[in-house]
Amino acid sequence: MDLELSDTLKNVVDGLSDQFSDSFIEVYQSTGDTFIRVEADAVVDICRYLKSTHHFIYLTDLFGTDRFTSEERFEVVYHLISLRDRERFFLKVLLPEEDPQLESVSDIWKSASWMEREVYDMFGVHFNNHPDFRRIFMPEDYDYHPMRKEFPLLGIPGSIELPSTTPDTE
Amino acid sequence: MGIESSLGDGYFTTKVDALTNWARSNAAWPMPMGLACCAIEMMAFAGPKYDAARFGSEVMRFSPRQSDVMIVAGWVNYKMAHAIRRIWDQMPDPKWCIAMGACASTGGMHRCYGVVQGCDNFLPVDAYVSGCPPRPDALLHALMKIQDKIRTEHSVMLDT
Repeated sequence: MDLELSDTLKNVVDGLSDQFSDSFIEVYQSTGDTFIRVEADAVVDICRYLKSTHHFIYLTDLFGTDRFTSEERFEVVYHLISLRDRERFFLKVLLPEEDPQLESVSDIWKSASWMEREVYDMFGVHFNNHPDFRRIFMPEDYDYHPMRKEFPLLGIPGSIELPSTTPDTE
Repeated sequence: MGIESSLGDGYFTTKVDALTNWARSNAAWPMPMGLACCAIEMMAFAGPKYDAARFGSEVMRFSPRQSDVMIVAGWVNYKMAHAIRRIWDQMPDPKWCIAMGACASTGGMHRCYGVVQGCDNFLPVDAYVSGCPPRPDALLHALMKIQDKIRTEHSVMLDT
């Protein structure tokens, strides 16, 4: 597929394939957006490089997906914007089904902190070196990760407590 | 000058039940539990056009101690359910509950793990209002149903 990259994104792709040649996997475009896939173990170095060298100072979003495939089931996507160059792209990493974990990027972008907690809460992806790593939506003692595909739509009956309807007797 | 001057002499007989129910049913102060878009319609219900004041329910009390009818307006998630039940428990008896809209009645379109599928899972609901969101008229109808219910209750009982 022919790529139509702007100058900024061309610099990004060239810089990544040059400096992180071992970790750079592919670049592709779809519906007008550019996606760059890299190895999971280099994601912190790559993010730091993108912020310092290419001025991608704004992490708009960080989210997970459950592809429900037998290999590399989970995916974490970083949506990056350069306000200076008015450019955006998506950085993707794939993670295995067993014990998915990543390094946190919350010391590069502070906004990553809560979004990584959400990815952990919903998909069970662990982020190492996170400053405050715990669930963000579900109860702290909750046993499941509700956005995983095998999780039933209506939840596990009785897994979240309802208030007592006889408060006087408890 | 009070109303006594125009009434003249005389007397009036009734039952304590009827008198109590008459008073209660015409002063059912709502506890607005506005949780989502239904709360906008609930505001219209209280506002001048639909005018809940005609039924004595214009006093939205944001204090459970002073309210009689809890209007659950919107979808209830599990976290909020505990707060709602706590407020309900703080309301003095007698009290009534309206589940306003599809979400409060059944979970509505929020058919998912985080939303309680109907607030009757933890509250004794007296009136359900259909609609998404219901029009203010529908909420007035529910209020009138509550009034009918209050009027047919045995409100005074001998404590034997």
